[in-house]
Order: sequence, then structure tokens, then C-alpha cells
Amino acid sequence: MTGKTTTRREFLLKAAQGTAMAATGGLLWVYLLRQEARAHPYALRPPGALVEKDFNATCIKCGQCVNACPYDTLKLAGAGGSLPIGMPYFIPRDIPCYLCPDIPCMRACPTGALSPDLKDINDSRMGLAVIDLENCLSWKGLRCEICHRECPLKGKAISLELHPRAQSKHAMFYPIVNSDFCTGCGICEKACPTAEAAIRILPHGMVQGRIGEHYRLGWTFDTEISQDFKPAETAPPAVQETTVPDKAPGVDYLNEGEP
Amino acid sequence: MSDPTDTRLRADAQASLRKIHERSLGARMWSWRYVVLRRIAQVTILLLFFGTAHWGWQFPGDTPLLTGNLSSSEFMGLLPMTDPLAALQIFLTGHLLTREALIGAAVVFIFYLLLGGRVFCAWVCPVNMVTDLAGWLRTRLDIKPLFHVPRNVRYYVLAAALILSAITGVAAFEWVSPVGMMHREIIFGLGFGFLALLAIFLFDLLILKNGWCGHLCPLGGFWSLVGRGGQVRVRFDRDTCTHCGACGAVCPEPQVLNLKKLEERGLVYSGECSNCGRCTALCPENSLNFDLRALIRKHNAQARD
Ligand code: SF4
Ligand code: SF4
Ligand code: SF4
Repeated sequence: MTGKTTTRREFLLKAAQGTAMAATGGLLWVYLLRQEARAHPYALRPPGALVEKDFNATCIKCGQCVNACPYDTLKLAGAGGSLPIGMPYFIPRDIPCYLCPDIPCMRACPTGALSPDLKDINDSRMGLAVIDLENCLSWKGLRCEICHRECPLKGKAISLELHPRAQSKHAMFYPIVNSDFCTGCGICEKACPTAEAAIRILPHGMVQGRIGEHYRLGWTFDTEISQDFKPAETAPPAVQETTVPDKAPGVDYLNEGEP
Repeated sequence: MSDPTDTRLRADAQASLRKIHERSLGARMWSWRYVVLRRIAQVTILLLFFGTAHWGWQFPGDTPLLTGNLSSSEFMGLLPMTDPLAALQIFLTGHLLTREALIGAAVVFIFYLLLGGRVFCAWVCPVNMVTDLAGWLRTRLDIKPLFHVPRNVRYYVLAAALILSAITGVAAFEWVSPVGMMHREIIFGLGFGFLALLAIFLFDLLILKNGWCGHLCPLGGFWSLVGRGGQVRVRFDRDTCTHCGACGAVCPEPQVLNLKKLEERGLVYSGECSNCGRCTALCPENSLNFDLRALIRKHNAQARD
């Protein structure tokens, strides 16, 4: 260093330059973080993952869940991709989650980003299956129902609704997803035979609405009875709109055999 | 490399430099020994992670051998290891860590605390292979410095990483770390992280010598602070040193080889020393050697009498 004493002016200039550097660097850094860590709408996380904000904060990007998964379901997102860097995700159409009862991925997680509170794999909520009614073969009247058969929670997460048809021997069997049970494992999406899956898993936030506090559903038992809301003492018996004939014209010959 | 005909040097220093220039091929190879050992260590660690992830290496029984990556891992199902800086950032985002992660962070922290210096940087970190190559090439091509950046910038970057973690709610360095990127992308498949490494390589090669590891990397800064009091240090024998300066020319952190400080303390004191061993292998007078801190004190006391 030169031995000369720094003047006040030089000192102030130095300080200003330093501050400017730090501010520019800091802003750039924050911008990068924002870009990377914004809650990603499409990312499907392993079972037990905390909500996106907490998951982003706690996942240390170690990939131990990826290694633990026996089906190679999970991948770590690479840099520069569309998903947040270094975090585990899965694409059900490639490899779905097969709902291991012992949840190896969650047990491998050192940080609790995959929460050990998940005790039963069937309680995991990785996403929600959504059916594209326009392209679902069953909704077109074909007897596909593959998603229903493949669903590990068959009958709960996906059920079939029988819709007899007046004109035809063939009834319609509509697969319906029930969000109370669907784990979002994506086995259905993997199994769907259409060229682009007609049933797919989306994060809950993308598909689920919320009814809001101000609606009172008088006909459900869950509705709390309060001072200014009393449901009728006895509900009138539900009226059957269409009377179903004894023997439906449509026949479930696939599941029950031809009569 | 310093010039043995530089007349500003003392005669014995010139003689020392001449010794280096006249080394036989074998001796020259031998002076690369720590570089080779470090590469073996770095690659072995990567290989253990890679083999566990891709070839299902298991030991003992059917427990994965070394699963995870440098951010957090588990060795033989027994030893959890977590990057303490990553853990600290996560903690600052306002999230409690699990016991396993805390134990892992303590294991790694204590290991390097005892070992000392930036052993992580020189012997483990994969980015070091890239920056070493850039530094070596830069010396060969004799690329002159563009500007000067103080070495302590890394501590400000470290402070910024911690502050930004608290502000943004995500571990600020982990989300941009080229160390993590390189490790993840080698072990778990390719993304565009290699572009970041290419950037570092070019930055080190053309813009600032030892720019990333020696000036900016907050992880290096962190280990510099932790490794200050470590046990494995480079001992300095002032009686044999001829002040030829060959050590400073190969050291990626030459400020730690300040001769005045070396003579005062008898060892490389600064935590910024990465224990890479380059100087010890090169010194023509054998004045620099790895040693344990306690033994160094004894050695120097004897030498003084
Ligand atoms: S539950 Fe099993 S299949 Fe599903 S992600 Fe975890 S380890 Fe993989
Ligand atoms: S094991 Fe946990 S911390 Fe590691 S990548 Fe998976 S979710 Fe993240
Ligand atoms: S994702 Fe599909 S297969 Fe999995 S539980 Fe839901 S409906 Fe069933």
C-alpha cells in the first residue's frame, strides 16, 4: 500500500463504491433466488413434502430421497430447467410413485422436508388426479376404466359411476376422482392409454377451489349449527329424479359377466 | 514461476530457485504428489456418491454405501454428514432442523475444525478441480491481472448469504451454489450447471486469478473462519528459508505465506490456507512441511535454542 493518508473525499468515494457493489450484487442475487424459488405451479413433490414454501426452505438438495426410491421415480431438478434447482420431483407419466408402504424416500430425508409426520403412505397428497372429460375414453362411452383398475385406492380415490342409457345396451361408466382419497401417485396417469394422458396429476393449488366461509350447506351433517343457522328439524326425503328401472338397460358385463 | 536470474534476489534465494529449475524429471513428478493425492481424494468421494446412486453400491449388507451428496449424506447407514453452512442457512430461514441433520452438521463441523484450514476446499470440493486447472493454465499462459479484488470479499459474500437467507426464506447460497450444482449434476444427471462452471473457469482464467475460490466463494470463507485453529498446519523453518518466494508463486492464497508473519509464528497461521500442500512439495529448501500444531510449537522452540 502507498503510505499516503487517505483524504475524506477518497474515503467517502471508497465507501460509496463498496456500497454500490454490495447493493448490485445483492439485488442480482435476490433476483436469482426469486426466479428459482418461486413456488412452482407444476412441480410434483415426493410423499410427505411440506407445503411449497417450507419445502423450498428446508430441502437441502441432497438427493437421498432420489437414491432411496426403489422405482427411480424421483429426480433432482438440474440447473437452468423449468423446475426449482436441485429439488426432487417426479413426472407420473414417466414413472409414478408406487406408494411404498414403508415410505423409503421420506425416511431417507435428513432435513424433514419430507415430513416424518406422514405415517401412512395413503395419506400422502402429492397432487390430485384430474380427468379430461373430453378425451377420457370412458366418458366417450368405451369400456376403458384402466385408471380405476390400476388405482391403488380403487373404489375410493377413483370410483366408477354407472350411467345407464335409454337407447343402448351399453351403459356409461364414468371414472370419478375423489380428492379425499387421491394421493396423487400418478399410477392412473401412467396407465391411461390415450396418446396424451386424459387423467393427470396436478398440484392441488392448480385445480382445487375453496368454497369460502359464507356458504352454509344446510344439507350436510358437517355444517355447524349456530345461533343464526338452524337446519330444518327433519330434512324431507330426497326425491329420486329419474326412476331407475329394476334392471338397467346397460349391463356391467365386464365386471359382472353377461347375464 | 520466479526467475533464478532475478538480481534483486539474494544469492542464496537465486540458488534455491535454480535448484527448482534443475530438478530431475523424477523430482519434478514427486513435487506433484499432493496434487495427485488431492485429485484421488476428490474423485474417490465423487465416485462413492455416484456408485451408490447409479450402481447401487451397498455396504454393509444392503445399506447404501454413501448416499446423498456434499450437502447432506449418510455413510454406511451410520454416519450422517451435513454441510454446516447449508444447515445454518436453513436455520436462518426460520426452520428447525431435524436431529439427524444437526448431528450431521456437527460431525462435519468438528471434523474440519480439528483438521483445520480449508481442507474441504483443496481435498473434497469438486469445483477446486476446475479452478485449479484455470489457475495452472493462467500461470502457463502468463495472463496478467485485470484488476485487484481484496481477498476478504468472500466474508462479505458469506455475510450476505446468511442475511439473504433470513430475508428471502430460502437458503440463499444453496440455491445458486456452483459447488452444489457441480456435485448434483455429476451424481444425479446433467442440467445446465456446467455453464456456471464454465463461467467460473473463464473468470478464473481470464479475469481474476483464483477469482472464485480465492476471493468470492462464501463456502471457502466459512471454512477459512472455522479452520483457523485446526491441528494440521504447514510448519515453517525460518533457518533454512532463503526467501526465494517459490512457495508464494504456486500458492493459490499467497497472502498466507507472508514471510514476515511466517517468521513470527513459525507456521502458516491463516485459515485461508487450504492445506493443498503445493508449497511443501515445491520448496527447494524443505522449509515448509505439514505438521501438527502441537508438534510445530515444540519443533520451533527447539530450533530457536
Ligand atoms: S413412496 Fe416409494 S415409489 Fe413413491 S416416491 Fe417414495 S420411494 Fe418412490
Ligand atoms: S431427501 Fe429431503 S432434503 Fe434431500 S433432496 Fe430429498 S426432500 Fe430434499
Ligand atoms: S393419483 Fe390416480 S392412481 Fe393415484 S390415488 Fe389418485 S386416482 Fe388413484
